[in-house]
Amino acid sequence: MSIARRSFDTLIIGAGGGGLRAALQLSRADARVAVVSKVFPTRSHTVAAQGGVNAALANVVPDNWHWHMFDTVKGSDYLGDQDAIEYMCRAAPRVVYELEHFGVPFSRLDSGRIYQRAFGGQSRDFGGDQAVRTCAAADRTGHAILHSLYQQNIRARTHFFDEFFAVDLIRDQDGYFLGALALEIATGEPILIEAKTTIIATGGVGQLFRNNTNALINTGDGMAMALRAGVPVQDMEFFQFHPTGIAGKGMLITEAARGEGGYLLNGEGERFMERYAPNAKDLASRDVVSRSIATEIREGRGAGPKKDHVLLKVDHLGTDVVRKRLPGIRDMAMTFLHLDPAETPIPVSPTAHYTMGGIPTDRHGQVVVPERHGAEEAVPGLYAVGECACVSVHGANRLGGNSLLDILVFGRAAARHVIGHLAEQHFHRPLPEGAADAAMARLERWNTPRKGESVPHLRAEMGRVMEDHCGVFRNEEVLQDGQKKMLELQERMKDASISDYSQVFNTARIEAMELENLMDLGVATVTSALARKESRGAHSRIDYPERDDIHWLRHSLFGMDGIQMDYKPVRMKPLTVDSFPPRKRTY
Amino acid sequence: MLELDLLLNEFMERGYAQLEPDAQHCFDRILDYPDAVLLEWLMGRIRPTDKDVAQIVQSIRSTAAH
Repeated sequence: MSIARRSFDTLIIGAGGGGLRAALQLSRADARVAVVSKVFPTRSHTVAAQGGVNAALANVVPDNWHWHMFDTVKGSDYLGDQDAIEYMCRAAPRVVYELEHFGVPFSRLDSGRIYQRAFGGQSRDFGGDQAVRTCAAADRTGHAILHSLYQQNIRARTHFFDEFFAVDLIRDQDGYFLGALALEIATGEPILIEAKTTIIATGGVGQLFRNNTNALINTGDGMAMALRAGVPVQDMEFFQFHPTGIAGKGMLITEAARGEGGYLLNGEGERFMERYAPNAKDLASRDVVSRSIATEIREGRGAGPKKDHVLLKVDHLGTDVVRKRLPGIRDMAMTFLHLDPAETPIPVSPTAHYTMGGIPTDRHGQVVVPERHGAEEAVPGLYAVGECACVSVHGANRLGGNSLLDILVFGRAAARHVIGHLAEQHFHRPLPEGAADAAMARLERWNTPRKGESVPHLRAEMGRVMEDHCGVFRNEEVLQDGQKKMLELQERMKDASISDYSQVFNTARIEAMELENLMDLGVATVTSALARKESRGAHSRIDYPERDDIHWLRHSLFGMDGIQMDYKPVRMKPLTVDSFPPRKRTY
Repeated sequence: MLELDLLLNEFMERGYAQLEPDAQHCFDRILDYPDAVLLEWLMGRIRPTDKDVAQIVQSIRSTAAH
């Protein structure tokens, strides 16, 4: 079968903020750029980011990038790479001003300067007073950024392959990445997109967990493609959870509900946080509240017929307070549960939110792998940016307002590096005979009817296994059991069946390939979590409650080849300033 | 975004087939709106000015969570 073929200088997989920022830089430099996206670009998950972008503009109170850097290193529980963090915090003001010039309608202060709001984890003067650092366009910052970047890309003549699904990367025998095989969802036709450089920008993998805040498209496609191509994934055990998502749906109920006086009840009507955190109670830190909820559910004190959630009670605050101070929460409960929280408690459970781990890169966005003897080396022709990458600026825990910053700074940095590369590489490397065979075989597998379990059934089971065994409650036994179950699920996936084997708009086939991606990353996540015998940032082990810098101040690398773990040091040395050595993390 | 995924998927599974052809066409039309606008409508924060759109939005909202 002959496959349609197109050639570009750079292929970008994913059209969220990271992909579009990179594409814009490249198109403006006259590179021929293709962006492949499985949804229309402005539907990418960046659209959901509400908070804003951190940058030390000092528009409200004094601020500077070095304080921002300190907060980010501390927030990362010292697992972030300090060279990349310095680079990001220094570049932040510039990328925000660039966005403004691209047309992002930032909210304004009375002085006319860009509006900035205070977020948790931000300080002045290395841990002093609260900083005010997050630049916002009302509560739609991600939406505004995504739309502006898309429009600028249209102007710059970036070529979009909208609603195309990337199946697998193409690599030659010398290890160079040469593009990818994609599938046009509408027709079912494969297309080979050849490129001198490929940038993966496919976002996070929140769909691993039953309860999560992510769009259904966040299935970690790029990370899984990299894994299959022999690139390890880094720090996958670090997944940010929020304690109160609507049970069974995933959407966030913000801390504001508890800040206003709301509290949690278990199935027996007990205000259980009094047992776990006698002083802070329901306002204890996110990880403590999340683990307490998980413990109540595990020990059979959950609410509801399946005892799989707890209740968030705000009705005692009165209708007026709920309507005036918690209108967003009320809208959410009324829309998704048809209940008024001013009258009835809201069913909640912890919800997965952000993937700190991903494809290992350096601060230029180049994918890097361990070299056999000593330092790591760049993989030729392959880059990754945004939530799918692990650069690593978030380390073990991401600060609010740093995720939009990450995609912008490193989208731009990767593009700049690619432009330098393109100036030296004038021709495409030859595509070897049968370059797309493995990717085509992956596609063909879903054209052949089988009699195994259905894909939706397996996906639901995987979400439950990951939530029960690799969520907020982790110990050796729970994780071992989880790894075993995930490996079994991965085996069962080989014989899975779908309901549709036609070519035109076959979303069942796309969902099947997404689930393959999720399964690989689920195994990576639970294996990495099982191996890390300490608690750091978002990875919290009941059996190893302390951070252990002597043994574990290092990045995890999971490789598919024999399900193995490897490790590499954290880059503690910043670019120009002194290192921030690990200290106890208190707020 | 997740909110739209859940509401629209649920409606496609349980509500869309029951619509008259004109209403189905109207549903197809609202999918062209940006996510932020759809979210405001579907969360009940803003009522669409177009009567037909308002009716579809109401159908989607009442299908959710039943």
